[in-house]
Amino acid sequence: MLNILKPFSTWIIIAAIAAALPLIFESSFALTLLSKMGVLIIFTVAYNMLLGQGGMLSFGHAIYFGLAGYASIHILNGIGEETLPYFPTVLFPLIGAIVGLFFGSIVGYVSTRRAGTAFAMISLGFCEMVTAMTLIFVIFFNGEDGIQTDRMVGPEPFGVSFGPQIEVYYLILFWVLLTVALMYIITKTPFGRMSNAVRDNPERAAFIGYSVRRVRWQAFALSSMFAGAAGSLHAINYEHIGFESVSVVQSGAVLFMAFIGGAGHFLGPIIGAIGLTYLDSTLADITEAWLLYLGLTFSGIVMFAPGGLAGLIVMHGPIARTNKNLLFSLIKPYLLAIGSVITGLLGLIGIIEMLYFRSLISKGEGEIIIFWTEFNANGILSWLIFIGLILLGIFLSKRTFPVAKESWDNAISVVKTEISNE
Amino acid sequence: MDVILFTVFNGLLYGMLLFMLSSGLTLIFGMMGVLNFAHASFFMLGAYFAYQISKYIGFVPALFIAPLIVAVCGAMVEKYALRRVHKFGHVAELLFTFGLFYIIEELVQMVWGKVPVGYHVPEFLDFTLFSMSGMGYQAYAMFTLLVSIAIFFALFSVLTKTRAGLIIQAALTHPEIVSSLGHNVPRVFMAVFGLGCALAGLAGVLAGNTLGTEPSMALSLGPIVFVVIVVGGLGSLKGALVASILIGVLQTTAISLDLSINSLIETLGFAVDLESLWHILIDLTISQVAPILPYLLLVVMLIVRPRGLFGNRDV
Repeated sequence: MLNILKPFSTWIIIAAIAAALPLIFESSFALTLLSKMGVLIIFTVAYNMLLGQGGMLSFGHAIYFGLAGYASIHILNGIGEETLPYFPTVLFPLIGAIVGLFFGSIVGYVSTRRAGTAFAMISLGFCEMVTAMTLIFVIFFNGEDGIQTDRMVGPEPFGVSFGPQIEVYYLILFWVLLTVALMYIITKTPFGRMSNAVRDNPERAAFIGYSVRRVRWQAFALSSMFAGAAGSLHAINYEHIGFESVSVVQSGAVLFMAFIGGAGHFLGPIIGAIGLTYLDSTLADITEAWLLYLGLTFSGIVMFAPGGLAGLIVMHGPIARTNKNLLFSLIKPYLLAIGSVITGLLGLIGIIEMLYFRSLISKGEGEIIIFWTEFNANGILSWLIFIGLILLGIFLSKRTFPVAKESWDNAISVVKTEISNE
Repeated sequence: MDVILFTVFNGLLYGMLLFMLSSGLTLIFGMMGVLNFAHASFFMLGAYFAYQISKYIGFVPALFIAPLIVAVCGAMVEKYALRRVHKFGHVAELLFTFGLFYIIEELVQMVWGKVPVGYHVPEFLDFTLFSMSGMGYQAYAMFTLLVSIAIFFALFSVLTKTRAGLIIQAALTHPEIVSSLGHNVPRVFMAVFGLGCALAGLAGVLAGNTLGTEPSMALSLGPIVFVVIVVGGLGSLKGALVASILIGVLQTTAISLDLSINSLIETLGFAVDLESLWHILIDLTISQVAPILPYLLLVVMLIVRPRGLFGNRDV
């Protein structure tokens, strides 16, 4: 019995931890945040079926997320007004999945002829079109206000009404585990492998007899289907859907999550969804410049670590497997390098915060709290401190980064010789 | 008739503005394969720089200085960031410019605030040049049109008649050969990127005061420019011109048309009585659906002629 469960042990442990989380974080803020994370994990992993697995960069994947959300809200309202027959709330993501699959198949058919930049441009066009439609077809989308609903409709099987947030959390958790497991299995099927092949070398894939466009289209439709399931859960979670959920802003957010987390690895989008959702909910209240930091982080990742955070972690896999001590020897140079970067970043953040403060919040008053310390945004001293921090950070980075890189090269060459000796 | 003439004039004005934006984008794309998501952000920067400069030394210097500064910004972005990303491929370049789009929008908010700034039409051009049966043609609009047409001819003659233009065209198709002939191809790329950004900046200087200079202006125009270069054919300058004017005229005409399917049926002498939901659909006027028309054109183009009007490869 235990042997059968063994391959699934990681999944079971993660599921158990996720199920126990509401017992540890009891506040309603934490529960709302966890629910939001769950929805976005599904959406981001679905998005990565396109970006990471299929090599298609889309600026319009929120279409399927949002339209599924609108459909779910209308059906919930219909059940509430008893114009539609009862449908169990637990199975609502299936409705979203069907809606996503339907629209994904249509849009995918006309836009998957080519991948790359042309595909990206077309996806943006579709996204803008649907966003404009939400403001035109008011009867269905209700314009800028969006639509409200009440998720407590129909009978309550086993006393579960989905009124309290905790019940919604477990509903979302169930669907996260199910859909993420499904999407993981898809990456292991021949279709998933073919999708990778089409991403890496469309010409060769075509030469061995596959229709490149067909494979892309299937990946697009499947990805839209899972995005639709996420959209349904989003609607149930918030009991509201607005035009921004189909817009390019939502599409950009999911791109940020998938890419910063790491598009090349299955776990990357999950890391990105959890991390960015957490930062978004906490930092957006503290700083005005949250989007600027996000943009800078994203561009920095594109320039210096295109594998994302997951890519950086996976990079150390071979070292950890051959010699654990080698990995520990890397810690010190890494910490030094990270420390010097943080020094520079502290200075940069200070400058940005003071600039924002001066232009947006207050023209006269100068007191501003940065890093729990009071600074005077009009005084020359605070500017000098932060500029000094930036310069110090650059100076330290120039010394510590070559050392870190050297240790890394060293470690990887040791690994290479050990592997070739075996 | 006069209304039609006036609408066509406005469409042409908007179309030439779109052309100034899309010509730079399509030139950069055709030559380097870089799709610059932040192109409209440079348009926005042009408008903001022009506002700031014209506040101190007037509109005419701003007309020359602002595009230059934008060009320098663009060249810096190419040299210090895009060149580094280049080795990861075109999608990575697009992703980088997507991040840049957010950065520029936030920086603009940081410096100039979130509300529109008061960038106005210069006083010496703010009068009615002539009127035709009740329709006044503003001098500034005429000026904008003339400048954009001049830019169009200048661009074409530089690209086809001068030595620099020949090098650019050659680097477009055969970068290795141009490089082995001794030309510095990275520098040519940087110059073209700067030139494209300067064109976008100039469009910003000319249009910022009539369209409104605000942080959201990049997002509202950016996607349309993408539609223009796909419809015109990727990398084709001629296509960009035709598609720009087509979309410009299409949008301005559609906004002024109050026709709906229902009114059409009624003119034909029929009366329809439909359920409420369908009634709303046939009551929609063309002016209401005007915002989605460019994107509908994109979809139709993709199905009917995927290479665009003048392109030589399918998208």
